[in-house]
Amino acid sequence: MVDVLTGTFTVKSGHAQMLKGGVIMDVVNAEQAMIAQEAGAVAVMALERVPADIRADGGVARMTDPAIIQNIMDSVSIPVMAKCRIGHFVEAQVLEAIGIDYIDESEVLTPADEVHHVWKHDFQVPFVCGCRDLGEALRRISEGAAMIRTKGEAGTGDVVEAVRHMRAVQDAIRKLQNMPEDELVVEARNLAVSLELLTQTREEGRMPVVNFAAGGVATPADAALMMQLGADGVFVGSGIFKSGDPAQRGYAIVQAVTHYNDPKILADVSKDLGEPMVGISTRSIPQEELLAPRSI
Amino acid sequence: MRIGVLAVQGDFAEHIAILRRLNVDCLEVRLPEQLDDVSGLIIPGGESTTLSRLMSIYNLREPVQDMARAGKAVWGTCAGMIMLAHEITEADPVPLQLMDIGVRRNAFGRQIDSFEQELDIAGLDSRPFHAIFIRAPVVMRVGDKVKTLATLADGQAVAVRQGNLMATAFHPELTRDTRLHQYFLDLAAAPAGGAGRGS
Repeated sequence: MVDVLTGTFTVKSGHAQMLKGGVIMDVVNAEQAMIAQEAGAVAVMALERVPADIRADGGVARMTDPAIIQNIMDSVSIPVMAKCRIGHFVEAQVLEAIGIDYIDESEVLTPADEVHHVWKHDFQVPFVCGCRDLGEALRRISEGAAMIRTKGEAGTGDVVEAVRHMRAVQDAIRKLQNMPEDELVVEARNLAVSLELLTQTREEGRMPVVNFAAGGVATPADAALMMQLGADGVFVGSGIFKSGDPAQRGYAIVQAVTHYNDPKILADVSKDLGEPMVGISTRSIPQEELLAPRSI
Repeated sequence: MRIGVLAVQGDFAEHIAILRRLNVDCLEVRLPEQLDDVSGLIIPGGESTTLSRLMSIYNLREPVQDMARAGKAVWGTCAGMIMLAHEITEADPVPLQLMDIGVRRNAFGRQIDSFEQELDIAGLDSRPFHAIFIRAPVVMRVGDKVKTLATLADGQAVAVRQGNLMATAFHPELTRDTRLHQYFLDLAAAPAGGAGRGS
């Protein structure tokens, strides 16, 4: 009898590899999910409220009602992701129980634990986690994350933090590749990561799992910018369904991610998209209302 | 010999990494004119609805159908298998109808049902192949001219070949095993046979 293995790190991280070069879109109901699928999204993130509304509403942001998520799962054939609060392993258990394809342990929701993240190795379902730099990314991977996304600053439509975080990751990897081997132990201690993961990153010259950009992407040019900076794909949260013409904008961003190195195509797909989401400059947000610094 | 890898979405970089290890010249294909000077094409794993949309927008369908019918080798892995099928069990996406197979998407369930196992593959040496199935499709109908290369324990076909065309429901590009890529390169190097001419 042949051994059949499920829930391995290979099938978890392998799923993220299938999403590469794609756009994952935030949706709040089945109708939006179908629009996203039609626009060419590789997956949808099922939410009760998009980050821009979470930011505006304030209060405690929790896991979405499983009935809403299930309704979205039933409406599309592409993978469906959902968010749990940082450290809230029971929300993660609930999401796994309804058969979600990917869990985002997300700083966009109010953290449930300010010290520990979910021990993601215990789950059959894969997790994606946010990072602002390489140390944060490798700490999440050692906890079992099978995919990483830069945090950016969700719900702003301001790409500046996503750029900052992607550059920080890429700079750290370049630095690592030029570092003599005898300095790696100290670097591992400085980043608070294992020497093994650090060495693997140095040898491969990239993050050990797929790394998407997120948090502030609102236009095709934003998406292509993140791809040219080294992202494997892009999450678009509020940027699509808070804009004037979500179907058209979603379709344009999907094309921009495929043809991110072709300015002529980028120019074509950027035309006549209607109103983008109304942004908030990250600079204008009080420090204590920023989402990215939560639980590092 | 140059091999193209369809790079509109999916794990094309993983295929290219294996081809480079085999010292093969390769090209990322995003636009139809890039197909002119390749001897074979790999359609990678990815999201089949997305691949299908992007192939339509950039007019890639007909050139891929033409090259397959002209006898050039084409290999689809997972989403690529779905694209090569004659028919699929859902209305969406629209396949290229190049191989005489019927395919079911997400045949094993959702992501938590994704799995890996050893597989015996006809045409390779006797060592089993480590096969990784991610939200994988399965071949429901195998046409007369199609040869089944591998099945699961329950008999479902997961690797098939029809002349110059091949399809696998799993992802050799996620392993270190180059044997199926070598098998495909041998197909691409063989004299043109034309789709459906048998093996």
